Amino acid sequence: MTRMLLRGNEAIAEAAIRSGLKCYFCYPITPQGELVEYMARELPKRGGVFLQAESEVAAINMVYGAAAAGVRTMTSSSSPGISLKQEGISYLAGARLPAVIVNMMRGGPGLGNIAPAQGDYFQATKGGGHGDYHLIVLAPSTVPEAAQLVMLAFELSDRYRVPAMILADGMLGQMMEPVELPPPVDPKGIPQRPWAVTGAKGRPPNVILSFDLEPQRLKEMNLVLQETYREIERNEVRWEEMATDDAQILIVAYGTMGRIAKTVVRRARKEGIRAGLLRPITLWPFPYEPIRRLSERVPTVLTVELSAGQMWEDVRLAVEGRAKTPFYGELGGVVPTPKEILSEVKRHATG
Amino acid sequence: MPQASTQVPEGYVKAFFRPRSLSDAKYTYCPGCHHGIVGRLIAEAIDELGIQDRTVGIAPVGCAVFLYQFYRVDFVQAAHGRACAVATGIKRANPELVVFSYQGDGDLAAIGTAETVHAANRGENITVIFVNNQVYGMTGGEMAPTTLPGQRTTTTPEGRDVRLTGYPLRISEMLAQLDGPAYITRQSVHDVRHIQMARRAILKAFRNQLEGKGFSLVEIVAACPTNLKLPPPQANRWVAENALKYFPLGDLKVKGG
Repeated sequence: MTRMLLRGNEAIAEAAIRSGLKCYFCYPITPQGELVEYMARELPKRGGVFLQAESEVAAINMVYGAAAAGVRTMTSSSSPGISLKQEGISYLAGARLPAVIVNMMRGGPGLGNIAPAQGDYFQATKGGGHGDYHLIVLAPSTVPEAAQLVMLAFELSDRYRVPAMILADGMLGQMMEPVELPPPVDPKGIPQRPWAVTGAKGRPPNVILSFDLEPQRLKEMNLVLQETYREIERNEVRWEEMATDDAQILIVAYGTMGRIAKTVVRRARKEGIRAGLLRPITLWPFPYEPIRRLSERVPTVLTVELSAGQMWEDVRLAVEGRAKTPFYGELGGVVPTPKEILSEVKRHATG
Repeated sequence: MPQASTQVPEGYVKAFFRPRSLSDAKYTYCPGCHHGIVGRLIAEAIDELGIQDRTVGIAPVGCAVFLYQFYRVDFVQAAHGRACAVATGIKRANPELVVFSYQGDGDLAAIGTAETVHAANRGENITVIFVNNQVYGMTGGEMAPTTLPGQRTTTTPEGRDVRLTGYPLRISEMLAQLDGPAYITRQSVHDVRHIQMARRAILKAFRNQLEGKGFSLVEIVAACPTNLKLPPPQANRWVAENALKYFPLGDLKVKGG
């Protein structure tokens, strides 16, 4: 293990390189500039390809090409840039190509601003582009966790042939923390990709497609995707619980808000309020089951997000009316303080 | 197209063969369409250079979307206009591969203009075959960026009015201004002499990649008889008499030559 002091953006880049990243394609956008710059500096030295594309559209299609050629590949951006990548992401999903996409979310809609936000939850977890597909969506709340989840993203993406997204925000990208990083993966340990386009030498040609004009066959292609998604839902749901055993109020929050919510839980407990936290780590697949289970004995499930209530919809789907489901959110890049969230907790815990 | 199983009558010698890198699949193109000729020329180049087992083709969106069925080489189907970006990703991931994209005028010169210009400008070591038939063929004959002034299409029913929709885009001339590309040429396949010239150009565009010379693009001014609503011989004449006036043939850029 190597111990390094890194910003979130840098930790993601370093973890990606250690995951065997071969090709990284990008287009500059704040707040993920350090990620791009780290890659420009480090990746070519370590045997990889760094290329700054002419647009996010081009960058994601370069990822599509590199993934088709069978290497570990990644792109990163922030909200408006991720919107531009949606076409390519849908094609990656349709063609079953593994790749990692990093979204360091900022305020939206439109050009928005460069402050931390979580307004891209719907886009990330419900498809984002056209067609019936999902990404594996991982939401780190600390810098070390960001590094871990990048490695996991490459692994899961390869295993299931489903693109994976790291959904974080500008706050995590800028934050510095010590990170323990494992040594680079052994390239031999990266799964073989017999389907990749590597030249039809001694085998029939490989073809990477995301279409079939014949409806019955396209349906079958879709069913393969759906079966894969069901398998991911069975195997890969990840979440963290804190002080849920005796909770009278459960906070559900992810990423930066999940981190702030931990402080809120500790302060609430000091004041005699039995607050608990469930922090989804995979946003897709979403931890419906653990929230459902907790909602059977916790009367209030408070969702806290940097949005107008996007994950809130999934929380309510999990709770299904078994508990009260209030929501507290901030918009436009405003980040609530623990004190503000605590007063919401008090209001709902006692009310 | 003669099939491999075609019986050769006694006293005859078979002199016309299907290129090895073409599959047995039947073309999905309309009768008289120039895509078929261009497709064969590419296969002949692949055979001649002996690169069938290291070639990757990029199929566009449009009439050539089924291109992957026609070749015995690895293929990737790209989103509309993104072939040059996809080709870049493949080539950068594995420089040992010979990567070519095959794109129409809507794909390359409208929705994919940015990807094309920047791949050319980077001198990306890929081969681009650009079939310019002045129309969106697959979607039913709408105006393309290359549609001629006055030409009737389904979206210019009174003929293309340049005051409203601008002029045909001569993208090869634009690309030839850049420092990046190694080879930009415009050819046609409307008669045998021009087919032979196009054949040599395509071969050169592939050879350039093998020699690491960088971005090479062969534009083929082609006919779409179906959307011109002309029988194939008249469509060929239409290319010679109308399209080639706007899109003159010849090399536009040959780096170091």
